[in-house]
Amino acid sequence: MRVWKFSNNIDTDAIIPGRYLIHNDPCVLARHAFEGTRNEFAGQVREGDVIVAGRNFGCGSSREHAPLALTGAGIRIIIARSFARIFYRNAVNVGILPLVCEQADEIPDGSEITVDIEGSSVETGGKWYPVEPVPGFMQDIISAGGLVAYARDLEEIETCTGSQR
Amino acid sequence: MGATVVEKIFSSRCGRTVRAGEVVMAPVDGAMIHDITGPLAIRNFFQMGGTRVFDPRKVIMLFDHQVPADSITAAENQAFMRTFAGDQGIHNYDIREGICHQVVMEKGLAAPGEIIVGADSHTCMYGAAGAFATGIGSTDMGFVLKFGALYFRVPESIRAEVTGRFARRVGPKDLILSIAHDIGADGATYQAIEFVGETMEGMGMEGRMTCCNMAIEMGAKAGIVPPDRITYAYLEGRRAVRPVDLSPDPDARYADRRTYDVTDLGPRVAVPHNVDLAVPVEDVAGIRIDQVFIGSCTNGRFEDLAEAAEVLADNRFSDGVRVIIIPASRDEYLKALRSGLIERFVSAGALVEAPCCGPCMGGAFGLLGPGEVSLSTSNRNFRGRQGSTEAKVYLCSPATAAASAMYGEITDPREV
Repeated sequence: MRVWKFSNNIDTDAIIPGRYLIHNDPCVLARHAFEGTRNEFAGQVREGDVIVAGRNFGCGSSREHAPLALTGAGIRIIIARSFARIFYRNAVNVGILPLVCEQADEIPDGSEITVDIEGSSVETGGKWYPVEPVPGFMQDIISAGGLVAYARDLEEIETCTGSQR
Repeated sequence: MGATVVEKIFSSRCGRTVRAGEVVMAPVDGAMIHDITGPLAIRNFFQMGGTRVFDPRKVIMLFDHQVPADSITAAENQAFMRTFAGDQGIHNYDIREGICHQVVMEKGLAAPGEIIVGADSHTCMYGAAGAFATGIGSTDMGFVLKFGALYFRVPESIRAEVTGRFARRVGPKDLILSIAHDIGADGATYQAIEFVGETMEGMGMEGRMTCCNMAIEMGAKAGIVPPDRITYAYLEGRRAVRPVDLSPDPDARYADRRTYDVTDLGPRVAVPHNVDLAVPVEDVAGIRIDQVFIGSCTNGRFEDLAEAAEVLADNRFSDGVRVIIIPASRDEYLKALRSGLIERFVSAGALVEAPCCGPCMGGAFGLLGPGEVSLSTSNRNFRGRQGSTEAKVYLCSPATAAASAMYGEITDPREV
């Protein structure tokens, strides 16, 4: 699992430029992931590689094409000091695990990384870093395999005003 | 303990006292989808086993990002959505009305106390109508289309109290850019920003929309102005609503309280490549520009166009600059047309396009080549947002955009 390191405030325009939003297929989107920002990414990224970033990863547009492009590229885990809110939800919904790691800046680009999800920590270069587990209410969605799988089995839901549907 | 505006809305919609930090599955009063995020949302709806949307009257559909369709794929996406609208009995505004957020506001589709979601990050603009409105992704939207509800973590709020009177040719865009600079690009993540104070109370709906629109640029889940007589006057004739008191309680608990005095505020420009990099216009005056864009959901309303026209007066735009002006909606376009603004802009050398997202979409038209510089009244100056990743985008008010377009370089509108 190779680390692809990014800086602070990586926005969704950088992850997938606006001109490709007409596509909905993760594999097609993946060909243009980080185009113009980090051109070697799309050609060299391998299944299971990990993105590590600074603060506010995924800020900007709500385009779900951004996490979809990353799933198409084989990314299953993103580690960042913090995430933009909409991207965080979108990532969980499409099956990417977003992990908040206060020391993400210390993880070098190109390094090999091991992620221990149950132990809420990651290891690189012999050093372990703690990561925050995803909030409890999102665990059910991740356990189900994303929001689509979670919702497929539901006929109705319980809202704060009573059951709906 | 008192409640914030946001806590009052969630408490009211849930029928019990709800506090910030709680996670609730709340009913939504409106769900907006457009041509970019809509196709994915609809596919997700079907994959979730959806057959009929929760309430077709509460689904808002229109196309604004790539209109009229600029590629065969865009045409296919729009056709797919038209079919869905027809099958489900959803009213589709199609390409006729303009930018989604402006249309939601002017059709009265967002009202005080409502919870509205949209598959677009600038959905937070409807906070100007006193609604809790937030942008969501397409999978969340698929869920909403099926169930008419979504889980929310009720956000803490930042109270932004604004006082003072704007100086000449300084306005809400300068205010929100300076607030973004103060709070930072991620300073309000997971939170809501509640805009209060005498300046907000005296501000028209168009300025409130500009402020709420850009709450997302600080990472906020929502921006909101407590509804008042200006809100209800705006809604009159658009939608019959029962006034509700959503004023924040004096003892409400806020994550932070910030105060802003606009008395001495000058024009602000956000420099590449982040919105919070806002500086006084004097710091960047003289920078050559290739393109000026006046438009978008942030600043494409009649008042914005009038602000630009007031600065332009009877002058011409510089021949060295491509000036693209796009009214935010058909209604705004008609107002500008009838008042003579469109003729004045065209005479001055601008290209006036039909209502849509325009260059702010970064994929339809008005794109920048490598090394080019754009000055824009829109909301984002991210690298590559308006085309080449080697281009630069600066953000400013309509007044600063117009002044700069006259001289071909970033210009202080107070000196024109």
